[in-house]
Amino acid sequence: MRLGYLVRRILFLIAVVWVAATIVFFIPRLSARNPIRERFAEIARSTGFAPKDLEQIIAAYEVKFGLDKPLLQQYIEYMAGVLRGDLGPSLTRYPKTVLELIFSALPWTIVLLMLTTLISFALGNLLGALASWPRSPKFVKGLMAPLMMLQAVPAYLLGLLLIFFIAFRLKLLPMGGAYSQGVTPSLTLEFILDAARHQILPAISLILASLGFWALGMRGMGITIQGEDYVNFAEHKGLHPRTIFTQYYVRNALLPQITGLALAFGSVIVSGVLVEQLYGLPGLGGLLGDAILKNDYFVIYGITLFVILSIAVLMFIVDLIYPLLDPRIRYESR
Amino acid sequence: MTQIAAVGPKPDAQEIRYEHPSRLTLTRRYLRRNKSLVLGLAIVIALTLFTVIGSLTIDTEKRAYPLAVKPKQPPSAEYPLGTDFFGRDLLAVMVRGIWQTAVIGLIAGAIGTGVGVILGFLSAYYGGVVDTIIRAVTEVLLPIPAFLILVIIAGSIDRKSVTIYTMALIVSLLAWMGPTRVMRAQVLTLKERLFVNVARLSGMSNLEIIFKEILPNMLPFILASFVSGVFAGIFGSFGLSVLGLGPLREPLIGNTIWFAQQQAAFFNGWWWWPLWPSLALVLIFVSLTLINVGLDELANPRVRRTE
Repeated sequence: MRLGYLVRRILFLIAVVWVAATIVFFIPRLSARNPIRERFAEIARSTGFAPKDLEQIIAAYEVKFGLDKPLLQQYIEYMAGVLRGDLGPSLTRYPKTVLELIFSALPWTIVLLMLTTLISFALGNLLGALASWPRSPKFVKGLMAPLMMLQAVPAYLLGLLLIFFIAFRLKLLPMGGAYSQGVTPSLTLEFILDAARHQILPAISLILASLGFWALGMRGMGITIQGEDYVNFAEHKGLHPRTIFTQYYVRNALLPQITGLALAFGSVIVSGVLVEQLYGLPGLGGLLGDAILKNDYFVIYGITLFVILSIAVLMFIVDLIYPLLDPRIRYESR
Repeated sequence: MTQIAAVGPKPDAQEIRYEHPSRLTLTRRYLRRNKSLVLGLAIVIALTLFTVIGSLTIDTEKRAYPLAVKPKQPPSAEYPLGTDFFGRDLLAVMVRGIWQTAVIGLIAGAIGTGVGVILGFLSAYYGGVVDTIIRAVTEVLLPIPAFLILVIIAGSIDRKSVTIYTMALIVSLLAWMGPTRVMRAQVLTLKERLFVNVARLSGMSNLEIIFKEILPNMLPFILASFVSGVFAGIFGSFGLSVLGLGPLREPLIGNTIWFAQQQAAFFNGWWWWPLWPSLALVLIFVSLTLINVGLDELANPRVRRTE
């Protein structure tokens, strides 16, 4: 039964990834835009270089990238490539491959999104649990309303307001970019500190925008747990309030929140894309925004596939660790 | 309520007077308790008044478009919100932008909720193969971040031909799965209730049961789903327009911010340009959230006790 559940789950997640990949594959192809032609037009605009046999060059590139074949054949070949781990070349940054581009952008995104999600998850759940805990100070409960308001505002907007007030008015932190101009990326302490300083505002905007989601969810869970018999029993047994809070209260309320973590990953990536775009960070978001403006199919496919695949994998991991956290759940027949 | 009280026998002076508050009084008393609903509605009304009065007093047809006024002016008596790089009066831009952003949200919310209600009913009421198909499609589509797909759709169409209506359609393409799921669950519980059984036994047809018995009981949920849909529509269209993927000829809140970013407004010291649209959006999102919290309380009275 446990195996059966896992197999069904894996098949479901494969279906999700495959459907998404198919939708994403066909949409840009329905458009009349030609990324190679646009790239040459851009080169012609910026350098004045316009080759006479432009049509032949474009046709040659299309043959090279396999864009002249029937769409269905391209689709099958692309999917076969994906299974081999080959995401194809970038159309506008040739000879770079999509995989190279993704891997050079990935560290920025992982550091920013992982850190902010973890901080926000920990802090939000703590605040939410405290807000529903009868013994906690009043001001924690008062925090819930502002957190709810913040949660309604997209991280992009918070980022914009932070740039205005903190970077532009008070000049406390840089207004954008991943590191100061004129600095070359290296693994020195100096560079890391400089890069970290540039990540503070993006991180704060992402944390503020997502904190309320965790806090409100946790408060709701906490309220339903309050009346449970085992909490009353623990109190009457004379356990220390802190033990009750951590071992009885938070542990049980946290379970649904962990499922939420996998689902929230999708929206985290989306706000990450926009915030990276806003601050001009070189992560996946910046890469995707750039690729969309230039209609670079293979980069768009690659990033979207990558994101959806990571969401599916994370959902699967949560499925796997859930029974470890909640001893009541076993994927076996009773 | 008032009619019933008026038609009944004339109250005797000696008789004990029972309180028959009118519907208005009841509503007013309820609203006093449901503060988030009131605050949310108040903000929405204020924004509506802003756009209505604004479009009646200002020539938005002209001043909200480029080359109408002196460019790059800070807020002053003549231009209360300042003007932008392209020579648009930001007050007129905001009046028109808030209106058009709201239109996108309302269309997207209506389509998403409408499709959700129809599919939810089909799925839950008729069951069988229809249910299996609708459920499978929603389950598979839900984990895919809709915004990524929207970005790709919006990026693929010719940017010069995008209007606010195509924008609304794009945003609503992937907005029906959530409502479908909620509506399906609601119909499933409602159709087993006693009053539905009574209706069925008394010979009502399926359509009659759906429209006269089930649908009225779902109104709070439909309303809540509509408000979330409007929220998601504005959120989605905002995300698209700050990436430069929205309609660029019409003033919207999102693309005003995009234009300001493109011209490095903060860097050049034109702080007022991106500030007003940001504040307007914060107000819109906060008010919709407040209304949704208020509606949630209206629909699930049990939430009240936990406060």
